[in-house]
Amino acid sequence: MAGENNVLLEVNNLKMYFPIKRGVFQRRVGDIKAVDDVSFFIRRGETFGLVGESGCGKTTAGRCILQLYRPTAGEVMFEGQNLVEMKGQKLRSMRREMQMIFQDPYASLNPRMTVGSIIGEPLEVHGIAKGKQKRERVQELLRVVGLNPYFVNRYPHEFSGGQRQRIGVARALALNPSFIVADEPISALDVSIQAQIINMLEDLQAELGLTFLFIAHDLSVVRHISNRIAVMYLGKIFEIADRAELYDNPLQPYTQSLLSAVPIPDPVVEETRKRIILVGDVPSPANPPVGCNFVTRCPVKMDVCEEKEPEFKEVSHDHWVACWRVN
Amino acid sequence: MALLEVCNLKTRFYTDDGVVQAVNGVSWDVTEGETLSIVGESGCGKSVSVLSILRLIPQPPGKIEAGEVMFEGQDMMQLSDDKMRSIRGNKIAMVFQDPMTSLNPVLTINSQISEALMLHLRMNKKEARERTAELLKLVQIPQAEDRLDDYPHQFSGGMRQRAMIAMALSCNPQILIADEPTTALDVTIQAQIIELVKELRDEIGMAIIWITHDLGIVAGIADRVAVMYAGFIIESADVKDLYADPRHPYTLGLLGSVPRLDMHKKEKLTPIYGLPPDLIDLPTGCPFAPRCDYRIDRCAERPELRSVAPRHEVACWVDISEERKR
Repeated sequence: MAGENNVLLEVNNLKMYFPIKRGVFQRRVGDIKAVDDVSFFIRRGETFGLVGESGCGKTTAGRCILQLYRPTAGEVMFEGQNLVEMKGQKLRSMRREMQMIFQDPYASLNPRMTVGSIIGEPLEVHGIAKGKQKRERVQELLRVVGLNPYFVNRYPHEFSGGQRQRIGVARALALNPSFIVADEPISALDVSIQAQIINMLEDLQAELGLTFLFIAHDLSVVRHISNRIAVMYLGKIFEIADRAELYDNPLQPYTQSLLSAVPIPDPVVEETRKRIILVGDVPSPANPPVGCNFVTRCPVKMDVCEEKEPEFKEVSHDHWVACWRVN
Repeated sequence: MALLEVCNLKTRFYTDDGVVQAVNGVSWDVTEGETLSIVGESGCGKSVSVLSILRLIPQPPGKIEAGEVMFEGQDMMQLSDDKMRSIRGNKIAMVFQDPMTSLNPVLTINSQISEALMLHLRMNKKEARERTAELLKLVQIPQAEDRLDDYPHQFSGGMRQRAMIAMALSCNPQILIADEPTTALDVTIQAQIIELVKELRDEIGMAIIWITHDLGIVAGIADRVAVMYAGFIIESADVKDLYADPRHPYTLGLLGSVPRLDMHKKEKLTPIYGLPPDLIDLPTGCPFAPRCDYRIDRCAERPELRSVAPRHEVACWVDISEERKR
């Protein structure tokens, strides 16, 4: 799909189906199609935003990339190597390059471990540093994320949500990864703290040359931090464009309605904005509609949308869309 | 004339760790048909202040230490429990944040909405059922009649919140208190709910008190805004004045912390550094002073709300609009 040499990660036709089992014998009666044939690529050093509403499969996609779930089908090419086919030691050594920041800073840190051992654990697991060397690295990491290095012996409950998220970031940075999946890293935080974390992630990216996959439901945050953005709905990616193009020229009706639904903190702007209010809810991923996945809520659907799924195509440079109206 | 007037409300919680000063002398009012938005971050006392008004604070550990809440010429703080019950859910209704937990999972939607109708409006079962169907139609639940005997788990998140709104509207309230009603919902569903509430407001003409942390929602729905921090109202103004000319450093900081969807250039956010104060151990001066860029010596003294423009009050010693010009 990419054919460029500055591509760090390429995802081709990724599928993740979770089986639905019923009855005494736990027979498989269907599948939840959490991620259904998704393709995109991420360039080196960029922030790629993946946005969508709850249940659209954005988190599952992120976890499939890191092989935390083994995908049902598809390829995940990282530095030219297919992670899906890797196992054991080889995969473990690749994991050094890819780390994750989780959504809930209250659940993602072990309450019985000190901050030092939380951040130091990856160093030990991968046999990189021990003893004094490890302690020094941990203190350095704490400094990098803006925490006091003397906090090493404290426990997670002694920290606020924002500070905990910084600890999570320090842990992700411990192995000097080149690629980080940030899964809703700020949704659990208060507004004034969110901005601190966003700024920190931006600074770290500039300093360390990191590549981010930034997964979130809040389009204004995603648009702020990302170079390019993919919009996901019910297991499919509907549109990919860079941040300016997506806002100025959204082509897929779901992207358009999502953009119009996000409130803008300015009463003068809000007064004159036209909203596209979607009807109804997202269908179940166990039973997606025939044709385009958005057909049940689309305000401009045509007959063909109920029959065949639209192809995901590049309509102009770096702007990919799946919609019959466009293609 | 004010429909509901809150004067110097103070609520404390007596816990094992100490006295939590949750609401520290809050005053505001709301007039007929007006939408007041109370904005603030978690722990700023926005929810506790409205729960205190309805006397829904668990006592103990909570205690409403002072304050008057004037509604229809009576002080709600002095009313008997029976009288309060006849106001709650009837003249003043409330919608909560989490539609999953605020509906009873073992009762049908019909029986939950009918309950208020039978209690407050003395309807019989059949009348209540008919009215419930009407209400569900009003909040745009498709095939309302067929969904009456559904249980909450058969509704989606957005539909549950619609059912909650139907319940709140069942007795034609004069005031609707909405406590973060869209926080648990997706943005397209949030847009549906906000649109619905705006339509209903214009149709029914009720006043709304909308509590939220989202400055975007406030911009779209509020007439007036009160910004809370550490249990104090630190600024209140008409919505356009607040956004065009924020006078408190905290309000300014909040506005600088949120990325705007319509921002074209990639600009850095200006976060507020530090953390909100511990409500058990509040600073004696201005509660925002430790995080404030405009701090002066006088901030060791607690500022009162003062008027800086018509209908625009701020609790700050510094005139930040002058300072910002420099």
